[in-house]
Amino acid sequence: MTSLSPPANKLWWNEPIEKTELLWISLVFVWGLVMTFMMPFWHITGDQNLSTETYRTTPEAFLAKAQKMVDKYTVRKDGPRQTPVVKPPAGSDVYLVARLWDWWPSLELQKGQSYRFHLSSMDWQHGFSLQPANINIQVLPDYEHVVQFTPNKTGEYSVICNEYCGIGHHLMIGKIYVVD
Amino acid sequence: MDNQQFRVCPDTGLKFFRSAEALMKANAVAAVVFLLVGGIYGLGVGLTRWPAVHLLQADQFYLALTAHGINVLLFWCIFFEIAVLYFCSSVLLGCRLAAPKVAWAGFALMLIGALMNNYVVLQGNASVMFTSYAPMEAPPLFYLSLILFAVGALFGCFVFFGTLVIAKNEKTYEGSVPLVTFGAITAAIIAVFTIVSGAIILIPTLAWSVGLISHIDSLMYRLVWWAFGHSSQQINIAAQIAVWYAIASIVFGAKPMSEKVSRMAFLLYILFLQLASAHHLLVDPGVSSEFKMFNTSYAMYLAVMASMIHGLTVPGSIEAAQRAHGFNSGFFEWLRKAPWGNPTFSGMFISLIGFGFLGGITGVVMGAEQINIIVHNTLYVPGHFHATVVLGTTLAFMAFTYWLVPILFRRELIMKGLASWQPYLFGLGMSGVALFMMGAGTLGVPRRHYDISFSGTGGIVHEFPAAANTLMALNGLSVLLAVIGGASFCIIIVGSLLFGKKLGENEKCSVSMITAPPAEEAYEGIGKGPITVPGTLVLAMIFFVSFAVYYFINWKYLAETWGIG
Amino acid sequence: MSEQDEDQIPMMQKLLDNPFILLFLGVATPSLLYLIWGIMEIVSIPLAK
Repeated sequence: MTSLSPPANKLWWNEPIEKTELLWISLVFVWGLVMTFMMPFWHITGDQNLSTETYRTTPEAFLAKAQKMVDKYTVRKDGPRQTPVVKPPAGSDVYLVARLWDWWPSLELQKGQSYRFHLSSMDWQHGFSLQPANINIQVLPDYEHVVQFTPNKTGEYSVICNEYCGIGHHLMIGKIYVVD
Repeated sequence: MDNQQFRVCPDTGLKFFRSAEALMKANAVAAVVFLLVGGIYGLGVGLTRWPAVHLLQADQFYLALTAHGINVLLFWCIFFEIAVLYFCSSVLLGCRLAAPKVAWAGFALMLIGALMNNYVVLQGNASVMFTSYAPMEAPPLFYLSLILFAVGALFGCFVFFGTLVIAKNEKTYEGSVPLVTFGAITAAIIAVFTIVSGAIILIPTLAWSVGLISHIDSLMYRLVWWAFGHSSQQINIAAQIAVWYAIASIVFGAKPMSEKVSRMAFLLYILFLQLASAHHLLVDPGVSSEFKMFNTSYAMYLAVMASMIHGLTVPGSIEAAQRAHGFNSGFFEWLRKAPWGNPTFSGMFISLIGFGFLGGITGVVMGAEQINIIVHNTLYVPGHFHATVVLGTTLAFMAFTYWLVPILFRRELIMKGLASWQPYLFGLGMSGVALFMMGAGTLGVPRRHYDISFSGTGGIVHEFPAAANTLMALNGLSVLLAVIGGASFCIIIVGSLLFGKKLGENEKCSVSMITAPPAEEAYEGIGKGPITVPGTLVLAMIFFVSFAVYYFINWKYLAETWGIG
Repeated sequence: MSEQDEDQIPMMQKLLDNPFILLFLGVATPSLLYLIWGIMEIVSIPLAK
């Protein structure tokens, strides 16, 4: 009698379970509870919990809000594409536009301060990937995702795209500078 | 029933019905062909990711990546699974196949879909990846090809369920179906959910691509598409575990440690495995943390528990059988004396270890809601699923194929020496692919990315840690090794089908194809004290400790990054 | 199997022996917990201010 043939004992449900199996099942069940517990526990005690605050929007509406921020807080232009570098006040709303194929605008943030980031796409799906902090968030068109970031180290950060978005996907890169 | 309808296999005593036999052959051959095609594209992807080689142009790379994913994730796996479904119903239950004509129609639809898809993707304007995330648009034929393939596969599932009904009505077996068939039922149920979800999302997307619908919501697309895209990989898991149990019985005459435990573990798969589709939405906007936590944990890790149960009971059943065969001393005599030169066994065992340690642990860890923030869409993700789908599923299917060639196709294997090395080559190469990609992903290297040196951006670059380039080179080398292993498999199998020594209807194969189960009395007093399978318990404990340590290490990594709220 | 044996089969074994109830459960559970729950959340996302 093997796993290839019907069970020899037709009332197999009534067979006792082996001790090894019982031991393992108990251990694994408890481990499952521990892992289940970890996620809400981190929501309470951890500093990295992605907000799910989301609104429906349109590319036009979102771009208008981003443009307003850029007009108000641009401090300089940056790089070969002359991207505006925006220095928004600590605690304010920051709009980051994802589009084929750049992240717009560049940002200058203060270490230890919190910012309400609004993420949305003008066209296809993109992947906000902040390096080297390694924070990765899906960015979708027609949805405005509000996430709070608190940079904990100074330096130059890159926002690369890690959702495939067509032939220029690997050219899509933006910058965030964190200063004291 | 007259004798013309089936033959009795001289090696195994299994009944092969003519109608089922031809269908299993057709599906298995199609599977191997698409594995070969997908593997060639995979070589192109791996060599392009190797910074010093950077083989393809950007458009070619994205085309190859799309074709690689679809050919192996869908076509290879599902063609093979249809063959497995027919084997587990018709052959294991000794029953004629229900509606062979429907099964052939299904096969034809799948084949047309698969060929059409390859054609469309090769045209160059359907490089939208396996996921084809709306609103990125592919030509209508792209979606149509996937729909045809899925409908064909659904026909296969219906034929499978129909065969179960016939077997029961005609009383071709007594009591409950074999455990391996139960595993196949699990796979077929998950397949039905997968295909229905695929239809729900792909049909409107097709309508959108031809202009009948003006808008596809990107988030809705992701939610429903992943019920298809992720669940299709859960079919693989269920089928692969059925194959593990089958190989344990074939090679060792093993019986399930307990029917109840193994079947309940499959039931947990049926209920909860598919919830893991939420793994892909953990850093998406718009879905609540409650939804994410509940679904990503497969309802409090009940489906993970099921996998860990199979992970114990499959080697446990082997250990018990080996001990009953007389290899009862120490903790690991049963394992040392296992037939490591038999690719059916070595492939299955490498699949088991690789799937558990590399694929399983990493999948659960990155599926924790918050840990996903430091993993999502990095190379870690393909690293993980090369451990599950390739090292786990593909290697298990390869191992099973070595057994099927003589049994089903009545041909001796050619190049048996190479065959005995093949699982090690492929397993080592693919372990490297999985580990090095996961390593690079930990350093933030993105997936589906043509050029991590950002050479075309006009000076806006990001420099990954130097180790990332080293890891990608090591990944390239591992790809080469895996491709040598994969090509060896294709050569051995196709070569055996064409040139292997033909076996007569009643002629036995030159090697023993199935091991008789040990006598029931031989199971008395095996193991150490009350623990019948102490070696497996030790392996399980090593697994558990690795899992727990790695799990908490990742929470520590997460704690080091920016505050996110 | 005789009628009498059939009566002795425990409930859970009967469930596991019935592929069509399992099929129903296997399609209904994820449809409810994943698809329908998810769709409900997406359609209730508010408009941006």
